[in-house]
Parts: sequence; structure tokens; C-alpha cells
Amino acid sequence: MSTGADELDRRIVVATQGGLPLVSDPWGAVAAELGISADELVGRVESMLERGVIRRIGAVPNHYAIGYTANGMSVWDVADETVDAVGEWLGALPAVTHCYRRPRRLPDWTYNLFAMVHGRSREAVRDQLEEIAARLEARFPGACRARDVLFSSAILKKTGLRIGAAA
Amino acid sequence: MSARSRPADVSGALDDTDRALINVLQGDFPLSRHPFADVGARLGLEEADVLARLRRLLDARVLTRFGPMFQIERIGGAFCLAAMRIPEERFGQVAERVNEFAEVAHNYRRDHALNMWFVLATERPEGVADCARRIEAATGLPVFLFPKEREYFVEMKLEA
Repeated sequence: MSTGADELDRRIVVATQGGLPLVSDPWGAVAAELGISADELVGRVESMLERGVIRRIGAVPNHYAIGYTANGMSVWDVADETVDAVGEWLGALPAVTHCYRRPRRLPDWTYNLFAMVHGRSREAVRDQLEEIAARLEARFPGACRARDVLFSSAILKKTGLRIGAAA
Repeated sequence: MSARSRPADVSGALDDTDRALINVLQGDFPLSRHPFADVGARLGLEEADVLARLRRLLDARVLTRFGPMFQIERIGGAFCLAAMRIPEERFGQVAERVNEFAEVAHNYRRDHALNMWFVLATERPEGVADCARRIEAATGLPVFLFPKEREYFVEMKLEA
């Protein structure tokens, strides 16, 4: 991050990673902290949204607190040649909030596809996954060799990104 | 396990306005000069009420954060999922050591032989492996890294 443009992105990350100030004009407050005009900040934030540096601006709920007490990380062992097709299909299902392909760690871990499913009970999540697995088998016969679901039993930390103030 | 870390469903304590506010705030927050007033206008709330409710929801940890969500990869950083297998009797102590690392953005206990799953967020891609080594040194336990090879879908919204 040697150029001035990159440095401003970085300073915006550092200034807002802990959250926006809860004041009437939060963008103005952040701009003042950074020593730039509110227009310059807003223009840069728009550009960061367009470039995908910022995914979204808003609230991150504690999913337990809003009633989603079952947080299931479903994991699937899918043949390498089909995993991308299965991943696209799985990610498009309404029940799935995140879907990624990740490396296996043999022999400890055989799964290469991860899909998060949130629900109001473990039973509800298990039922949903049962149905998804049946549809997956019908759509991609034999592609999924094994699956599991890991429920979370405690949030140990949830602060989000924290990069340092100095490069 | 401290009481603080145990998941609690406090959804019954939320009123309909709280839920509507949480849902609206999971959308696109305005880049205007008085964005909380604009959000309030959509819900029939005064700006001061929006701010007071938001402060209360954050204090009660119904919301864990309010602000931009960054894809640090786009400015040269990295996120990486990691997991560890921790003997039950050491779980609390190891969780404390792991959480001390600023790079650990969030951390969940999960029911599996690999019983701790966390996300590392670092400013440089090489920071992930470096941090994993430091966690291994601090805990004496191996860290398995699961970098994302492909992202098929991400939608970080849950209806309250």
C-alpha cells in the first residue's frame, strides 16, 4: 500500500473497523478524524463499495440474540470435478448464507465444501440439510461422498477485523 | 466457559420496532449527512430514537457491530478460516490464548473433534501462516488452515 490512494482506503478501514460513531452525522465525524472533507470521504466510501473493499455498510446481528440459536456449518466431501457446480447450486439455496470451497486436510478433514445454515433449532437445521442432501443427490448423483454438520455451542469472540493503526 | 460467552436467545426482549430497525440496518446504510434521520424516516422514527435503540442493541450485544464490512483481500489483506482440536480440560485456557490475538476476528466453539473454529484477518496474505505459527507456539497445538479457494455465495443478512 504505497500510493496515497491505497493509504486513504487503509486509514478508512482503521477508523471504522470498530464501528461507525453513533452521532447524527457519522460520515462527517469520521472525515473530521481523518482530516478530509465529508464529500471526499463519502466519494471514497462509494468507490470502496464499487471495488468490493466494503461489502456492505450496516448492522451485524448476534444471530443467537435474534433467535437463530442453531448455527450449523454444513460440510460436504464432493468430488473435485463436480465441486464448483455443486457449490454454485448449494450457494443459491435460500437456506444457505455463506458457501465456500476450501482445501481438505487429510486425514483429519475430508470435506471441501462449506455452507452455513442458520435456524431456530438444531432440529430445523438438520431437517433442512436432510432435504438439501436428498435434492443434491438427485441433481448430482454420487457427487457427495460424505457430509456432516458442526453446530456452534458458544461464540468465543466476535469483534471482526482489527488491523493496526500503522502500516 | 464464562456466562458472557454462552449463547443466549434474547429475541423475546426485542420489540417490533427493534426488529424492523435491525432488518433495515442490514440493508444499505445511507451515505448522506444525516443517515440515522433518513433511516428513521423509513420507519416513522425520530433520529434520536434510532440512535438510542442502536446504542441499546449494541450494548446488549444483540448487534455485534455497526459499520462497514470490509473485504480486506481487496486491499491486500487476507481472511482465513482456521480450526483446532483442543482437549476438553484445556478448552477455556486455550480459547483465552487464541482470543488474545488481534488477528482472530471471530471464534466459535463447535461440536466436533475439531472443536474450535476461528477466522484470522491479516493485513498481508503471509500474515495468516505467520499468525497460525504464533498460535501454535502459544498453545502447543496444531492449527489447521482452511483458506477459501472459491466463494459461491455470501449473504450476511438474517431477518430479526
